[in-house]
Amino acid sequence: MKAVNLRRLRALCLKESFQILRDPSSILVAFVMPVVLLFVFGYALNLDSSSLRLGLLMEDQGPAAIQFEQTLKASSNFVVEVGHSKAALLERMAHGKLRGVVVVRSDFGARLAEGHGGAAIQVLTDGSEPNTASFVGSNLEGLWQTWQQQRGQNLALDNHPMIDVRSRAWFNPSTVSRNFLVPGAIAVVMTIIGALLTSLVVAREWERGTMEALLATPVTKAEMLLSKILPYYVLGLAAMALCLLVATLLMGVPFRGSLLALFLLTTLFLGCALGNGLFLSTVMKNQFNAASAALVSAFLPSMMLSGFVFEISSMPWPLRALTHVIPARYFAGSLQTLFQAGTLMPILVSDSLGLILLMGFWLGLTAKNTGRTLE
Amino acid sequence: MTSRPARPRPRASEAPPAPAGGVAIEVRELLKRFGADAPPALDSISTWIAPGTITGLVGPDGAGKTTLLRTLAGLLAPTSGTVRVLGQDPLTNAALREQIGYMPQKFGLYEDLSVQENLNLYADLRDVVGEARVESFKQMLAFTDLARFTERLAGKLSGGMKQKLGLACSLLGSPKVLLLDEPGVGVDPISRRELWRMVRELAHGGMTIVWSTAYLDEAELCDHVRLMNEGSLLAAGTPKDLMGAMQGRSLHLTKLTAPRRDVLQRALRAPEVMDGVIQGDQVRLVLREAAQRPDLGPIQAGPEATLVEVAPRLEDAFISLLGGGPGGDSPLAEVTRDVELHADQDPSAVIEARELTKRFGDFTATDAVSFRVAKGEVFGLLGPNGAGKSTTFKMECGLLKPTEGQALVMGIDLKKSPSAARQRLGYMAQKFSLYTQLTARENLEFFSGVYGLRGAEQRLKIDEMIEAFDLNPWLSQRTLDLPLGLKQRLALACAVMHEPEILFLDEPTSGVDPITRREFWTHINALAQKGVTIMVTTHFMDEAEYCDRIGLIYRGKLIALDTPDQLKHGTATPDCPDPTMEEAFIHLIQAFQARLDEVAS
Repeated sequence: MKAVNLRRLRALCLKESFQILRDPSSILVAFVMPVVLLFVFGYALNLDSSSLRLGLLMEDQGPAAIQFEQTLKASSNFVVEVGHSKAALLERMAHGKLRGVVVVRSDFGARLAEGHGGAAIQVLTDGSEPNTASFVGSNLEGLWQTWQQQRGQNLALDNHPMIDVRSRAWFNPSTVSRNFLVPGAIAVVMTIIGALLTSLVVAREWERGTMEALLATPVTKAEMLLSKILPYYVLGLAAMALCLLVATLLMGVPFRGSLLALFLLTTLFLGCALGNGLFLSTVMKNQFNAASAALVSAFLPSMMLSGFVFEISSMPWPLRALTHVIPARYFAGSLQTLFQAGTLMPILVSDSLGLILLMGFWLGLTAKNTGRTLE
Repeated sequence: MTSRPARPRPRASEAPPAPAGGVAIEVRELLKRFGADAPPALDSISTWIAPGTITGLVGPDGAGKTTLLRTLAGLLAPTSGTVRVLGQDPLTNAALREQIGYMPQKFGLYEDLSVQENLNLYADLRDVVGEARVESFKQMLAFTDLARFTERLAGKLSGGMKQKLGLACSLLGSPKVLLLDEPGVGVDPISRRELWRMVRELAHGGMTIVWSTAYLDEAELCDHVRLMNEGSLLAAGTPKDLMGAMQGRSLHLTKLTAPRRDVLQRALRAPEVMDGVIQGDQVRLVLREAAQRPDLGPIQAGPEATLVEVAPRLEDAFISLLGGGPGGDSPLAEVTRDVELHADQDPSAVIEARELTKRFGDFTATDAVSFRVAKGEVFGLLGPNGAGKSTTFKMECGLLKPTEGQALVMGIDLKKSPSAARQRLGYMAQKFSLYTQLTARENLEFFSGVYGLRGAEQRLKIDEMIEAFDLNPWLSQRTLDLPLGLKQRLALACAVMHEPEILFLDEPTSGVDPITRREFWTHINALAQKGVTIMVTTHFMDEAEYCDRIGLIYRGKLIALDTPDQLKHGTATPDCPDPTMEEAFIHLIQAFQARLDEVAS
């Protein structure tokens, strides 16, 4: 008996497609959820630092101090709130109303005039939110430098710096975090579609008792597996196309790579995710357990360990090692490359190799656990 | 019955000689274990099945019927022994699958596919193409009368139609062997009858059919039966042979003047009597092998009481093979007080339904049902699955709120003061409702505590239950690991610990073996004698005749309410002068349907 009879395979794929199209939840997961998630990650999850609320206490009312106050108020990074006592400002920071407090000491003008530029302002930040605290710190430091330079020029003093650093972000020139987050979010979305949806399909057949009837027909193992993979692969590609359109047209994220490369990488990644979901479904034979396992083994790692939110290079080494078995790591990396940099072959090839190995692992494991009997 | 001796495990020692015309299926020394330490699900079964016949695999849950069918379909590998279907091993011979049609218990249909799409799928999977495909679709749709419903989703079909579609799907490709796993479960009696007609037709065409069932009356319709219990084959033969061996041992005790339950209890004390049940106004007895008729004196049935020989049933043979029934004295009754109703309580309406109606959306599950149940009465609710009997039942015991009408227990409206009523009623759910991770003793302790028993009183009651239900050997076992019959016993013990005046039993005997069923009814009868009012649902037609009165629910309506004998007499026709309970039900349902159609036109 042949391993694959095309008529049977076609009939099974057709059946699976009908089931997908008639189940509102699969349409919801494949086409509505991606759009929602992309917008959530693209707009709500914002790593840019703008409009930080800052408290200001002016103990010195000299001309230099006033000038500094004007510069601070003019900065787009800060929204400045002038207070009358340090205690009141600190109180507001404790309540989370302010991200930091700047104190312009009473000897500000005097020390500036002396010229040795010591600790003329005091910066207090909210250490309970370290990321924000360091944003505030570094932004104020930059502002202070600039202000001093300008002041020097204005006073016609020759204090040009020896090295003039002008930084320019190469691949994401405007450093909009959305451009970097959206490709990562697409990897997460594709993980959900690939692993979560397929984690349900084999278990569903067991739960509803159709598996028993199916196994009693001449269906082969290869037909059974392919009929579970192919329709969901097509669904995954459709969702990818949707993500690409939403990202580029609606959200204005540039795409600089080739579509062929995107198609190939998506194929490899879907191979991993579908294999992962099918394996769980085959082994658990229970939709609830399989879906929970898919969330823990596929969705969470794709969030935490793909480099989408947390940079892999700053993880401790055991976690860094672990990311190598997470397909989303390679896919998120490739997507970020394709969207922001273009078709950079060395990066894409090495990511593809990782994906091919993981795909072989999951699909092989699924095939090994797919049997022709009920045990 | 207090201490039931461990039953010997009887089994048919040798398969009967194979027929001259050859066999379609042969099984030798078939052993199947799930897990190395587990008891065998099939214990060295040897038998054969003749071609062109309907063979019934008969036994309670856990007998091994499904395991045997799955092994025949090549879905399970035997632990040891050989299986041959049409001379081939179904496990290794893939081509054999085209010759076998298999319908699993849940019919194997895709509920989100239409009737036609299900047929298309299975036709493609079984390589039914071209002319043959067109021809067999036409044939199947005519055969099953589903032609009008081809576009309907399978999930939206009634139980009977699903079953027919399942059968049609398993028949595509004209298999030579058809394996049907409990096709009669959850289907109304009319659909079941139609299914029999279809299967009978197929067998005439030369198809070999194996039909598994838990109902012994259904098995009587088969050409051959294989009686199974706890993984063993008890007997093999034609129903005629097996029942013929019981000839002369089945008797009716008629013209009773004493209460039937008392008569049955006394009759079962006679050493000659192996088994007995209530049947309408009579008591049906089965004698031990080669036993004389019992002396009617001590039975005190009445001056005119006589014994009349009746046709044996397959169930008689089964119980005889299992070593006889459990006897008629209930140790539970000994520890149960007589029910004394409050002076202002009307004894003719201990349970009452007044125009009880329940709607789920625009679907009316129960439609203006009214009845009254008297003190000490056993009242049976019957009806096909989905007819509304469980909904009615749940409203009467306070688990569902009626949309309209009233459900009263002891004159208390369950809507107004459910907890006052609940303390006085006991409930045993259809699905096993004990905590499976607790031991038998812990369950007893928990349920007695829930019903407010404390201290010495609680300890005494627990000891009484252990004694009455013979639970001592099982106390420290997790409930999960208990055999089904014991789980049911324990569930009943938990439901009656607080000595309720009313007992609600929802299919208490479904799936259990006939001996355990007898034991249950002995308890139920004894409680009724003590004045406990009992409401019970059942799928077993013979159990309907143990009740004092029966309410038949169909399409949400109470379409008949009377004693079993009156229901049967009322439906007698010249063609069918002495209808069985099932025939009476079919008649009532058809008459109701005819009235509906008349109104509609």
